[in-house]
Amino acid sequence: MKIKEKIRRICADGYLGLVLALLYLPILLIIIFSFSGTSNFSFKNGFTFDSYAALFSGSDQASNLLAALKNTVILAVSASVISAILGTFATIGIYYLNRKIKKIALTVNQLPMINSEVVMAVSLMVFFAVFSRIFPQGMTRLIISHVAFCTPYVVLSILPRLQKMDPNMYEAALDLGSSPFSAIFKVVIPYLFPGIMSGFAMAFTLSLDDFIITQFNKGDTGIETLSTYIYEDARVKSLEPFWFAVFSIFFVVMLTFLLVVNIKKNSKKEAKQ
Amino acid sequence: MTKRKFKFRFSRKLFAYPYLIFMLLFVVVPLVIVLINAFLGDDGKLTFANFAEFFSDAGGGLTVLGNSLIIGVVTTLICFVIGYPCAYLLAKYHASNKVLVLLFILPMWVNFLIRTLSTKAIFMALDIKLGMGTVLFGMVYNYLPYMILPLHTTLVSIDHSYIEAAEDLGADRFTVLLKTVLPLSLPGIVSGITMTFIPAISTFAISEILSSSKIFLFGDAINMHFSKTTNSFGVGSVMSLVMLVLVIIGNVLMSLTDKEEVKSTL
Repeated sequence: MKIKEKIRRICADGYLGLVLALLYLPILLIIIFSFSGTSNFSFKNGFTFDSYAALFSGSDQASNLLAALKNTVILAVSASVISAILGTFATIGIYYLNRKIKKIALTVNQLPMINSEVVMAVSLMVFFAVFSRIFPQGMTRLIISHVAFCTPYVVLSILPRLQKMDPNMYEAALDLGSSPFSAIFKVVIPYLFPGIMSGFAMAFTLSLDDFIITQFNKGDTGIETLSTYIYEDARVKSLEPFWFAVFSIFFVVMLTFLLVVNIKKNSKKEAKQ
Repeated sequence: MTKRKFKFRFSRKLFAYPYLIFMLLFVVVPLVIVLINAFLGDDGKLTFANFAEFFSDAGGGLTVLGNSLIIGVVTTLICFVIGYPCAYLLAKYHASNKVLVLLFILPMWVNFLIRTLSTKAIFMALDIKLGMGTVLFGMVYNYLPYMILPLHTTLVSIDHSYIEAAEDLGADRFTVLLKTVLPLSLPGIVSGITMTFIPAISTFAISEILSSSKIFLFGDAINMHFSKTTNSFGVGSVMSLVMLVLVIIGNVLMSLTDKEEVKSTL
């Protein structure tokens, strides 16, 4: 029986390993062959950093990429900061709404999360086209649309913490002479801070990762983010060595960032238990 | 005292309104405009022509929807067949190993264009012809984490005493899996299916990249109708509404089986 159980476990781990390999093999292959300087997955040129050097060659492609990276970061930072602030106050407000309105508010909050991205992108595009005078093309539209699809996630990551909060804390602050406003800023918001931070991290990642909504709403001012530039440049031609290097950097940075954020969160949770 | 309290409650509620107005303006109103657009002809008059054009399959839109539904179903099925054992084994043997679970979920946070283009490069290097097979691979590769995540969330939360009870009552392993674990994980199954199926039929770019634009899905079709060259917003709006109806059906199914939110990740 014990041997049987052991075999079962080995089979289970083998299967899990196989699926993991499927998920990560393409990523690993790209990283390995980013050092080959070719795009046909062979080391016929030997081990080289040529693909990475191409990033700093000052070519059109490299400078376009740098501009796209800059736009992506500006967009992700502004969208996630606005989302975090808007979402924090929204959550506090929604929590104290009357039941009926609260239900409606939470349903509206769900809409961007459940809706198909294409539909959301298209609806925003049509909206901006109708009110084109009020919302100028370019960054403004992109920031608004990113805030619209990121904030719901912020609200949902703060809400559970607010539900757990002892309402007496706020009342105690008031009884001790604090004004409602400073009670919120000095008691409620610090208590919610971990939720706000994880909502912020989520909004940042979502905005960084977005393609469809950006693609529809970037307009024709020539503004490109990383994903739209990749789509424009690498989709038609076959993947050049240049992109192998870019993708490798992206994979490593993104996976490390996500692992660190999540492991930190998990260990905090465990420490509490 | 009570009067004072009431006043403060009131002031906290007010914090919700800027956000609600924002969402009304940038989420609800745009959808209403799409709805109105679906009933407007090129001349700006009220008409059902857009619906007629789509549902009579004049522009081939209905055929594209049919194909997308088939590809969506096949993708979802493959994801389920690969993903369920994964989620089950993870919950059974590695429930405490959060990092391992994380590794299965993380790829969904890495830009799908980059992953899709990477697989395309590998297919081309291996001389594999781009077509239906490669599109399906790309879809499964992209959406597998979306299937595993909700399944895993429900499977780890199943009370283990149910399984023990079934075993004590004489059920063998297979019966336990089929009659106890599977029904108990229904909420996860429904939300896994929705989270895979909806994006799978509506995404654009994956099919385009992995089939060299030969295979055309519903998301690509919507994209095309709204592009500058075609400019047929009316039919595109009808298609968006069809997509919205599918989304609503999926979510009604989800809320019928489960009240809890399983979409929280990061």
